Amino acid sequence: MAAAGAGRLRRAASALLLRSPRVPARELSAPARLYHKKVVDHYENPRNVGSLDKTSKNVGTGLVGAPACGDVMKLQIQVDEQGKIVDARFKTFGCGSAIASSSLATEWVKGKTVEEALTIKNTDIAKELCLPPVKLHCSKSVLFPVKVKLLPR
Amino acid sequence: MLLRTAWRRAAAAVRAAPGPRSEAPARGLRLRVVDNAPQSAVPSDTATALEVESVLRPLYMDVQATTPLDPRVLDAMLPYLVNYYGNPHSRTHAYGWESEAAMERARQQVASLIGADPREIIFTSGATESNNIAVKELEAAIQPDTSLVSVMTVNNEIGVKQPIAEIGQICSSRRVYFHTDAAQAVGKIPLDVNDMKIDLMSISGHKIYGPKGVGAIYIRRRPRVRVEALQSGGGQERGMRSGTVPTPLVVGLGAACEVAQQEMEYDHKWISKLAERLTKKIMNSLPDVVMNGDPEHHYPGCINLSFAYVEGESLLMALKDVALSSGSACTSASLEPSYVLRAIGTDEDLAHSSIRFGIGRFTTEEEVDYTVEKCIHHVKRLREMSPLWEMVQDGIDLKSIKWTQH
Repeated sequence: MAAAGAGRLRRAASALLLRSPRVPARELSAPARLYHKKVVDHYENPRNVGSLDKTSKNVGTGLVGAPACGDVMKLQIQVDEQGKIVDARFKTFGCGSAIASSSLATEWVKGKTVEEALTIKNTDIAKELCLPPVKLHCSKSVLFPVKVKLLPR
Repeated sequence: MLLRTAWRRAAAAVRAAPGPRSEAPARGLRLRVVDNAPQSAVPSDTATALEVESVLRPLYMDVQATTPLDPRVLDAMLPYLVNYYGNPHSRTHAYGWESEAAMERARQQVASLIGADPREIIFTSGATESNNIAVKELEAAIQPDTSLVSVMTVNNEIGVKQPIAEIGQICSSRRVYFHTDAAQAVGKIPLDVNDMKIDLMSISGHKIYGPKGVGAIYIRRRPRVRVEALQSGGGQERGMRSGTVPTPLVVGLGAACEVAQQEMEYDHKWISKLAERLTKKIMNSLPDVVMNGDPEHHYPGCINLSFAYVEGESLLMALKDVALSSGSACTSASLEPSYVLRAIGTDEDLAHSSIRFGIGRFTTEEEVDYTVEKCIHHVKRLREMSPLWEMVQDGIDLKSIKWTQH
């Protein structure tokens, strides 16, 4: 289970990130500068910033985005033998909404089982953080490492 | 003035207080401003019913976007907003005559700043309108084979100074019209339309500590440059721009130009000193910081820095008590990286990481020091959060990685 699990974690993480449809962020909607205090809070009081041991069999690492797009997110999840997520860490190169989305995602998946974490939708994250429409893609990309890792194979 | 003094005291208190890194600086800026005792802005616990809690506003470091009114300009404008309210085109009474006199005085003030004749200055609503008159309508002018060169004098994003005199020389020898948008340059660097052989020039009021909603276009008379009017009507401004000239606004523009002419050298020295202070401090404290734009031909008040591995907007969010810009204000609604940075060949990831610091006539040393300190602190924090920084620390070459998507 361990070896298969590790491979699954790795494949899952990478595959997920590839599936994120990026919304061209050109809408002239609400200015992104009016940061909601929840978004600012995730930056000032960060949760789960850091790294897990990527060589460990229980840890899956997903990396999505490109510096040229201004958005790179790395999410790591540690899963125990029963398939419960016991720890999660993130690092993000991106705007305030991207940082807050990844931070919130790591908070929400901790303690959940595979099935439970699969039910998280990016719109939930966006609603919780009150993200304006132009920032929805931030919440989308963040969930993929989580989802992929947890798909049963 | 009072609020700024109070802010400095509060900021000093916040800096002195030992604490975890999560002591958000903005909390230290919240002061109680007592409504009925304007002389005292010291935080006090004995709140009265009239006490108004107010949050101080961020420091202003975005002068390329707009500038505050110079108090001397406001002094010049006020009488024309309150008392001398005549239409400058009214020929039959004193109200009109005094407004017209003020308008012509302002015209002279603008002209003398750029070495032009007052008859060559047409008032408009701003540099954008001036640009449109110059570029669009010149195409429709008499000679069909007329061509036009249009160049910005000082770039608003990276502060680069274009070689205007040389370009003017070339254009004049080839008999091609030369227009320059001098919105960021007028009153800041010496300009002379005759020495530099400029045929058309756009001027903006609110970039030189004047009012918003007013500008001017310089149109050469000898040799005559013909343009078509953008808006038609009563034929004001020699038929080139119909519409009542707004006396208070043009008086403000004139006063701003006169003040700028007197203070140009002093301002330049002051701004250069602050700019060097800011750049040196940041570059000495942080690795991997790139200054965008030619360092030699550069207006010091506009500093554009790219902080590698940190995204610009997240840094702006972190520096929430300083008003800054990432890219130009014109493109603030879109999330595209700056076209100017792309044009000068900046790597795309560095283009996303750029911040523009604007230093102006009223910027103080303390404001620069505070901005620098916060900037260094937050860049370090954001780098700790950045997967790119982590990879670079591990010795990975980011250029060798195949990123997943675009």
